[in-house]
Amino acid sequence: MNRTSLRRAALPSLVALTVGLGLSACGGDSEGETTNGTEGGGSETLSGSVAADGSSTVEPLTSAAAELYQEEQPDVQVAVGSAGTGGGFEAFCAGKTDISNASRPIEDDEAKICEKAGIEYTELQVATDALTVVSNPGVGVECVTTEQLKMIWEPAAEDKVTNWNQVDPSFPDLDLALFGPGTDSGTFDYFTDVINGEEGASRTDYEPSEDDNVLVDGVANTEGAMGYFGFTFYEENADSLTALQVDSGGGCVEPSAETAADGSYTPLARPLFIYVANKAYADQPQVASFVDFYIDNLADVTEAAQYIPLNDEQTQETAAALSQLQ
Amino acid sequence: MAETMTASPTAIRSSARSHDNTLLSVIFLIALWLSLALAITFLMTLIVTTAIDGAGRFDGALFTEYSSQLSPETTGLRAALLGTIWLMVTTALLAIPIGIAAAIYLEEFADNRRWYNRLVELNLQNLAAVPSVIYGMLAVAIFALVGVDRTGIVLVGAVALGLLILPVIIITTRESLRAVPREIRDGSLALGATPLQTTWRQVLPSAVPGIATGTIIALSRAIGEAAPLLIIGVAVTVRFDPDGIMSSFTAMPLQVFNWTSESRDEFKIAAAAGIIVLLGMVLALNGLAIYIRNKFQRRW
Amino acid sequence: MTTTAPPAVLTTSTGAMPPGDSGALRRRSRPGEQIVMFLLRLAAFLSVAITVGIVIALLRPALDFFREVSLTGFLFGTTWRPSFNPVEYGVLPLVAGTMMTTLVGMLVAVPFGLGAAMYLSEYANPRVRKLLKPVLELLAGVPSVVYGFFAIQFITPTVLRGWLGVDVGFTNALSAGLVLGVMIIPTVASLSEDAMSAVPQSLRQGSFAMGANRMQTTLRVVFPAAISGIAAAIVLGISRAAGETMVVALAAGSQPNLSVDVREGMQTMTGYIANTAGGENIVGSVSYNTLFAVGLLLFIITLVINIISIALVRRIREAY
Repeated sequence: MNRTSLRRAALPSLVALTVGLGLSACGGDSEGETTNGTEGGGSETLSGSVAADGSSTVEPLTSAAAELYQEEQPDVQVAVGSAGTGGGFEAFCAGKTDISNASRPIEDDEAKICEKAGIEYTELQVATDALTVVSNPGVGVECVTTEQLKMIWEPAAEDKVTNWNQVDPSFPDLDLALFGPGTDSGTFDYFTDVINGEEGASRTDYEPSEDDNVLVDGVANTEGAMGYFGFTFYEENADSLTALQVDSGGGCVEPSAETAADGSYTPLARPLFIYVANKAYADQPQVASFVDFYIDNLADVTEAAQYIPLNDEQTQETAAALSQLQ
Repeated sequence: MAETMTASPTAIRSSARSHDNTLLSVIFLIALWLSLALAITFLMTLIVTTAIDGAGRFDGALFTEYSSQLSPETTGLRAALLGTIWLMVTTALLAIPIGIAAAIYLEEFADNRRWYNRLVELNLQNLAAVPSVIYGMLAVAIFALVGVDRTGIVLVGAVALGLLILPVIIITTRESLRAVPREIRDGSLALGATPLQTTWRQVLPSAVPGIATGTIIALSRAIGEAAPLLIIGVAVTVRFDPDGIMSSFTAMPLQVFNWTSESRDEFKIAAAAGIIVLLGMVLALNGLAIYIRNKFQRRW
Repeated sequence: MTTTAPPAVLTTSTGAMPPGDSGALRRRSRPGEQIVMFLLRLAAFLSVAITVGIVIALLRPALDFFREVSLTGFLFGTTWRPSFNPVEYGVLPLVAGTMMTTLVGMLVAVPFGLGAAMYLSEYANPRVRKLLKPVLELLAGVPSVVYGFFAIQFITPTVLRGWLGVDVGFTNALSAGLVLGVMIIPTVASLSEDAMSAVPQSLRQGSFAMGANRMQTTLRVVFPAAISGIAAAIVLGISRAAGETMVVALAAGSQPNLSVDVREGMQTMTGYIANTAGGENIVGSVSYNTLFAVGLLLFIITLVINIISIALVRRIREAY
């Protein structure tokens, strides 16, 4: 009697399941918004898919590009992942993705792997990020030199440099509470490289987090706190953080879209890239179309994602690199 | 002397109630109450704080729009919702039959004294502890063997999650089968049924409530997993509906997690709303389990 | 709906058939049954195949790793700095992190989980049970990242530092362990409750007839009778706690720390794996292969825990 009830329940459930799946398949026509096209994109309707993966910093940019592109070509399915720059290159050099987002240039070891696999690629700079050093507003310091930053963050500072006034006597007598990205972050790699002189060289007694929002929280709510992360995270929380101006020998420069673009905010202005697989570009029209659109409309894309756009010189360089592909 | 079992437990209890007033008993009862209360308070706090954070976005656009960089105030879960549904259904179709079949074999037909069967049992316990990330790597390796390169698709995700929850399904199904009294099997065999018929028609239906519980717990866990999906290369931004098991997709936990690490506030609010939606889906799953369990529950 | 139980039943034994007895019956098996049996066997050994797959996938890069790094240095070293220069590969801090968070987690999950299970199974009337059990299961459905953020944003600042006044770090093992424990409660509670519900009423009735009250019946009759299910629930809970990734990655922090002071942050093995797998390391490098070495170690540790617990459960069952 029980088994009959089970059987009675089984059949309709199975039917419901199949119908449900079928419906979602039918009703799942990709609805792209149809608006008047922006520049680029071509006049024929393309279809197919484009696979992009890599840095989580560059992901919003490529996603914004995909969104704008969808207005042109609603049938092209662009999927963007965020496995990290290293993970992105792994997939890229295995032929699994067409585009790799990267917050640092490809390393020699990775380039070798791509070469062995026969994957030729083109590097295109798409935006700049102004790595911002922030402090808790209560600290009251306005400017730091790169030497001072090194003094605070280098491996030798571990357990020794624990107070602001050790860095400079004019700084307040406050305990240093340090926050920063973890060792797997591209931001970490870049900061340690340009400030401490060697990638990966850093003191270890700071609060690490892979999530920049957590760092923002930490710095904003801890006395004497200092941290570093990407510019957009400072921008969004400018009222609870102080951005420190950085002096690398030419005076104190504050981080901003302008100073990053014109190169005065050194050395902490870092380039953001996409790497395009040459073969995918040549063989698949939708990939070529998407990349062309991305680069042609870079200004709109960076504005939409609220990133720092390239200056004219960098834009020309990228356009030149792209024309090599075409 | 053979009484039927339909007498409800409370009838028995009322006669014992006079003994339940000892101090120790009362303390015990309060302790039990507190245990439940802690878990429930925790859950309520979690839900309330999240709901407050996401209050601004409980609107229709959350369900009908795709994730958007251009207009974060109307960023939506559409692709993630459909992706998760596709993923869960495929995972269930893969893992549940295999899990139940394996459990039936291990519990009913395997000789527990053989070393290789004991090894399997040990195996399952261990597999439940493997971090979910590893299952993602395993799925990629499997599909590399078969020659599938683009692994950010529904089928691969279902295999990864299916492998993840298979041990849990097997363990809990075994426990449910174990709980069915021996007399049921003996009676069936005595009437001339084969062991397989006994299992299929007597033991399995009696074990359905326990199996349903275990399966639901397993699927609930799978629905919130992000790590293995990241490994197999599932996208976080997708602006189309999945159209098959070989389609790229994104899933709810991935989408929500991605939004929480964005800098703009609108994304964080949408993320909180997304979490509530995800919890709603789990609630629906649980509702299904309760329905099944209540229909077939029996006290021996 | 009526089942008659012969009065001689006093034990719940497993339903497995001793193979010898059913030999005569098997000869009468219907044709399709051979196929079905084969399929069942296949499904069971799939689990072995999975393990083999995992071990192979972990073993090769791990072996690459141990070619560069000494095994004893790895197992007994007390400093874990795979990405900072100069590198050091002592894994003990990660193991300590996993153990402390799991310990705190089980200290929360076992008493509260069993308590909840006992209440639902023995005391609650059916209506309350119908309502509360799904609520409990909802706890299991909350994604682990949500728990992780909850730990950082609410438990650490408000509960630990605020209400309890404990001086904890921004990330700490206590907060992670507490949240981990609550996460595991549904697993322990649901399975234990199923096990206790399955204990035949005849046992309870016998106990009541002897004059015991509900507490005594629960603790001395039902609990031991359901011990195998309860033990399985607890071991599953331990396994899940040790293997849990996102909660500890977020709440316990990314700083390896060899310590028993749970107020400090300490990175766990799974936290390290999660950070490295999704990170910016170059695949194939030594620092990337640490991922597999740590994964293999985790696998072996949980294997040992499981072996011990299975042996233990067998002992208890026999004693009872």
